[in-house]
Amino acid sequence: MKIDPAIIPLGALRWLLAEVVELVPETPRVTSLVLDVPGWAGHRPGQHVDVRLTAEDGYQAQRSYSIATPADAERLVLTVEELDDGEVSPFLTEELGAGDRFELRGPIGGHFVWDGSAGGPLHLVGGGSGVVPLMAMLRHRAAAGLDVPATLLYSSRTLEDVIYREELDALARADPAFRVVHTLTRAQPEAWDGYARRIDGEMLAEVFEGGGEANAFVCGPTRFVEVAADGLVAIGYEPGSVRTERFGPSGA
Amino acid sequence: MGFITRGFRGKRETDESGRIPPGQYETHDFPVLSAGPTPHTSPETWSFTIAEGGEELARWSWDELRALPSETITKDIHCVTKWSKLDTEWEGVSVDTLLDGVESDAAYVMAWSDGGYTTNLPLEDVTGGKAWVAFGYDGEPLDPEHGGPARLLVPHLYFWKSAKWVRGLRLMDEDEPGFWESLGYHLYGDPWREQRYWGD
Repeated sequence: MKIDPAIIPLGALRWLLAEVVELVPETPRVTSLVLDVPGWAGHRPGQHVDVRLTAEDGYQAQRSYSIATPADAERLVLTVEELDDGEVSPFLTEELGAGDRFELRGPIGGHFVWDGSAGGPLHLVGGGSGVVPLMAMLRHRAAAGLDVPATLLYSSRTLEDVIYREELDALARADPAFRVVHTLTRAQPEAWDGYARRIDGEMLAEVFEGGGEANAFVCGPTRFVEVAADGLVAIGYEPGSVRTERFGPSGA
Repeated sequence: MGFITRGFRGKRETDESGRIPPGQYETHDFPVLSAGPTPHTSPETWSFTIAEGGEELARWSWDELRALPSETITKDIHCVTKWSKLDTEWEGVSVDTLLDGVESDAAYVMAWSDGGYTTNLPLEDVTGGKAWVAFGYDGEPLDPEHGGPARLLVPHLYFWKSAKWVRGLRLMDEDEPGFWESLGYHLYGDPWREQRYWGD
């Protein structure tokens, strides 16, 4: 069997106990959980974890969340969007406090990952909280001092829904090889000179100017991912160079 | 039982049916998960092949497959990303029908798809009325983002085994990991034993 033992240390994924160090509000609906996880063996940017919550009578619920931190960060950060009818996300974002503990296991997923070893420009397309695993890649790129050109096209409803806005702007100011392009689909501030519509083929062609050797990663709700991935293929990206991940409330 | 997290009660949508496997929740949506862009293969260029050791044993064009006896299948489906969907209704051709007359001692199959996806299954899990090549969902042609024109349907295993955009089965004497199975996901994937990842 051709299984690469480097992908998951020790083969099996054990449940670990995470302790909440800090809760950081990112937007009105999105919160980052800063976690101390003894025994965490590290991860690659783009991977996720399974979270398991247990009630006093043994009732359990599990969900998956993307990791926002680069590969060698001291703490694990999960950035969680609160879903209106959610069972787990409102508990994580509203009820948890510093010192609380819950179980998680990971890292999970070995396809939607970028650690710089693949070379080539990094082309990222994120919708809403789909930016989280892309941010892990950008944070890794910055922390490791990689000079691979990187572009993020990021779609949000309004300016206040933009997750990591200040950090992304600071990264772009400090690094001429990194560019962030925003589109705001629902409302724009006065004098907004960015895009103001849902992503489409024309926008993708303007921002990315053809695929070439790029590694593309697309993450967001289903409809967003379909449009973005199809659009990239239409302007010349090899289908095999476009990696996708979809989440969020995605009736389809 | 796991570690009790302070204050967690959960929403407890009751599962009186006993049809939701451990760690899963019921959804009424139909979420989509794919590793890459959705392939769009036209029926004119589509075919389905059964092969072993590099030799083609059987092959159907789209029209030939659609001319085979098909059935309506109502099953619960379970995705490793935690959602389960009850009473989904499909139309497809049984894999038993496709393997009828194929001579082989193989014990495993590798399903392969447009876009390069693969997934491995024991032969006994795709025979005996347990698996189909499905081209209809909910009374309509199967949508490309859900695997159309045709996908494998193996509802008793986690849904990544039900390969979208399926184009063939390769018969194998020994088990080999497919796409997700090479990336940490369980070789077999029984939702009732919660076989999500290696070692589960």
